[in-house]
Amino acid sequence: MDAIILQFFNGLEKGSAYALIALGLTLIFGTLGVVNFAHGALFMIGAFCAVTLRKVFEISKVSLDPTKTDFLGKPLEVKTPYVEAWFGETIGSAMINYSVPLAILLTIPVMLFVGWAMERGLIKHFYKRPHADQILVTFGLAIVLQEIVKYFFGANPIQMMAPSDYSGTVNIGAILGMDIFYPVWRLVYFFFSAVIIGGVFAFLQFTTFGMVVRAGMADRETVGLLGIDIDKRFTLMFGLAAGVAGLAGVMYTPILSPNYHMGMDFLVLSFVVVVVGGMGSLPGAVAAGFLLGILQSFASLNEVKAIIPGIDQIIIYLVAIVILLTRPRGLMGRKGVMED
Amino acid sequence: MGILEVKGVNKRFGGLQALGDVNLSVKENTVHAIIGPNGAGKSTLLNCLVGKLIPDSGSVMFDGQSVLGRKPHEINQMGISRVFQTPEIFSDLSVIENVMIPCFAKRDGAFRMHAIETVESEKDIVEMAEQMLLDVNMQDKRNMHAGSLSRGDKRRLEMAMCLVQNPKLLLLDEPTAGMARADTNNTIDLLKEIKDKRDITMAIIEHDMHVVFSLAERITVLAQGTPLIEETPENIKGHPKVREAYLGEAQV
Amino acid sequence: MFGLNQKDTKFLLIVVTLTLLTPFLLNPFPTDSAMAQFNAGYPALMQRFAIYGLMAIGFNILFGLTGYLSFGHAAFLGVGSYSAVWMFKLLSMNILPAIILAMIVSGLFALAIGYISLRRSGIYFSILTLAFAEMSYRLAYSVLTPITNGETGLQLNLNDPRVLDGVADTSSLPVPGLFGLKMNSTYTLDIGAWSFDFNVGFYVCAVIAILGFYMSLRIFRSPFGMMLRAVKSNQQRMNYTGLNSRPYTLAAFVISGIYAGLAGALLAAMDPLAGAERMQWTASGEVVLMTILGGAGTLMGPVLGAGFIKYCENIFSKINETILHSWFSFLPDSLESVVVWFFARFVGEGWHLTLGVLFMLIVIFLPGGLVEGGQRIASWWKNRGKDEDSSNQPAE
Repeated sequence: MDAIILQFFNGLEKGSAYALIALGLTLIFGTLGVVNFAHGALFMIGAFCAVTLRKVFEISKVSLDPTKTDFLGKPLEVKTPYVEAWFGETIGSAMINYSVPLAILLTIPVMLFVGWAMERGLIKHFYKRPHADQILVTFGLAIVLQEIVKYFFGANPIQMMAPSDYSGTVNIGAILGMDIFYPVWRLVYFFFSAVIIGGVFAFLQFTTFGMVVRAGMADRETVGLLGIDIDKRFTLMFGLAAGVAGLAGVMYTPILSPNYHMGMDFLVLSFVVVVVGGMGSLPGAVAAGFLLGILQSFASLNEVKAIIPGIDQIIIYLVAIVILLTRPRGLMGRKGVMED
Repeated sequence: MGILEVKGVNKRFGGLQALGDVNLSVKENTVHAIIGPNGAGKSTLLNCLVGKLIPDSGSVMFDGQSVLGRKPHEINQMGISRVFQTPEIFSDLSVIENVMIPCFAKRDGAFRMHAIETVESEKDIVEMAEQMLLDVNMQDKRNMHAGSLSRGDKRRLEMAMCLVQNPKLLLLDEPTAGMARADTNNTIDLLKEIKDKRDITMAIIEHDMHVVFSLAERITVLAQGTPLIEETPENIKGHPKVREAYLGEAQV
Repeated sequence: MFGLNQKDTKFLLIVVTLTLLTPFLLNPFPTDSAMAQFNAGYPALMQRFAIYGLMAIGFNILFGLTGYLSFGHAAFLGVGSYSAVWMFKLLSMNILPAIILAMIVSGLFALAIGYISLRRSGIYFSILTLAFAEMSYRLAYSVLTPITNGETGLQLNLNDPRVLDGVADTSSLPVPGLFGLKMNSTYTLDIGAWSFDFNVGFYVCAVIAILGFYMSLRIFRSPFGMMLRAVKSNQQRMNYTGLNSRPYTLAAFVISGIYAGLAGALLAAMDPLAGAERMQWTASGEVVLMTILGGAGTLMGPVLGAGFIKYCENIFSKINETILHSWFSFLPDSLESVVVWFFARFVGEGWHLTLGVLFMLIVIFLPGGLVEGGQRIASWWKNRGKDEDSSNQPAE
């Protein structure tokens, strides 16, 4: 029982990441009709925003402390991060400690810019090209982006820490009278993603902008005929999708140490999520994200693995294949999307 | 007995009764037009004939065999060819290849793995296709990219692709839709020529009364998914039921 | 000749000649010259050209002709490798049974995956093949370890049975061969400052690749090939013309799967080990890159693309900053360091960046790949001096 509850929470955390990435992917597909293989790279860029911010915060002034000596007998070098020097030690060290959540502030403008630049600079020219071309050019872009990141940050994963207040575990089984210890940050991530998902839905539901975009998703031509400049809004949509992917990446860094190929690793999974949920369906992407996350976690229970060996490795793909064959539009997709 | 016998066909889409108890009999070697206002169920009926849709009830017999539940390629192999509203051709292939493909389908059936010999070595097929191009006056466009043809020529090519199979029944779905008057007249002439030269049964779904009355020998009027009347063109003109169905739309 | 028309026969003969002369053509620079690092005529690389060329040729029969974009072909490559290594372990170090088994197994595997995946088209087909390939990869890593030897990869052992080979000397691992010809034996010809390697393994791969190319040429020109192009062009018309597109696409899928399995067997024959990473989806992506880069749907394109990518991978990745410094030493120091810094991003570790950038440029500006680029240059050459350049327009 403990194990099942634990795996359920693990599934929620995995599902949050899948859902967030898939949300942006399906948003871009639904609005712009573009299959974006570089979406995983956006997730990765978000993660590296957190790395960047921490590195910036940790830039230190080096001073010599003549009163102490190091083991070679030279005066000891004392490194003081500039943020501590400027804002005082308490605030400065708190900033370093909280660099992951603080990186959200950096990520939003960076991702909006990256999304905008990508759409205007490249994707725009591919609206009318076949989906295969879109896949290929964004695949190329993904390679370029990950190589750039690799150049600046190296090939090895960079470990990131959650703020110390959130880095321990919490007993989530206490209510049920059980002892189930679970990392606090993963709970934070789940709530964070719930807020983001809620925010995106609210934005699309309650703003005029969102209404136009939803109308455009349903029937682009008609909206165009109404004299609404749908393209400009779609550019913004791309920025928004990039932002969501970036935020998903930033907050994920304490869970998975960022490396340059994490985008590609998540890309395939998030594509599967989108297809299972239904291409172009936002609720579908979220539902499928959590569903697959939880299924995957349950499949890694030892009891399950004992019955069907290796199921934890393939469950997601197996579900995707079954869904694609029996219900090609996905769980919540519209019929006929991209069937030809 | 007609070559095509439709009996009691019903088709619903959710709450919409697209076809209600449709009976239709197309006699061999006649040109049979199916007309009716928008939403009368003409296209639905056609799709039921070619295997794209399966009726909820009723029977569709072609040449003594049921077509229901068969796939489009199987129905074609039975001898029904179809011309689409917008010409459906192989745009990336050359004109002659477009005509050779139906020849292969006719000779070798739905699938044959002949991956070794070259296309050109199939002399009889090449000859058949070239003769067909000659028949529709397109021999000078033999090696052109089909996608680069004019709209009229695309229509002509599509006809050629259907005719080269020598179908027992040729279905035409609004063959002149969206055409200029001159093109329409050309198409009428082409169809007349085909009719005169070959023993062929044609079923035409059409909006344009000019086309219908130039070609058809029998006309079925469809309204709200049900056949109102089946008559010769002379008797259709001015028929009160037809006027009623076409009210506000008639160009009779 | 060979059941081809004159133009194709000429084309084939040129390809055969170039392939057989590869050891000369790829070693144009004297061994001791500064340019020798651009020589690609060493056995391991030449073998890769032939093997990946073969794989891309097969992939092109599916993608180039029918337009079905598979992201799972690496699975067949991997299956081919595993089958071949098992043949080496159990039966004989002769590569023939290994190749035959690899082709049969990969063909059956492709039949199963293709039968299911081809029920869908477009992006759904791509995702299905991707899902199958990822499943194969993950299973090869985990529960199939008894067959695949998991992370270590499947390797030869001194105490493998090898029933046909009998008891050989047990001091060193045997080398795959073809009736006594060892794959790794190389004859080196020194002419003046040049030296050329003639490697048995390369020639085995080359001959098989030529056969593969010839088969694909026949398929391209055959009614079957025409049907495959019809699938890409208009499947609806095809079905209403009385043709069942499914068996055509399935046949193309299986054929391309067999090509991939054959390529996998050859990889194992050159170096008898097989690892699961060969099956990863990025490996499938590489084949896609090769085919598109060279020109999907053209005969030579995939081979050019494969050669191009493997050349970049092996040659660009060897160039380092020291070499760059020696090239740009004629520049003023400050400028030199800037130029070297810039180019260093694209070579050595950064060759993937080169690949990504090139790939994007090609998809954006040359959808027909290197072959289209070549054709444009050729037509520009013909038309120079003339005013019109209508033939330069890319085909829609």
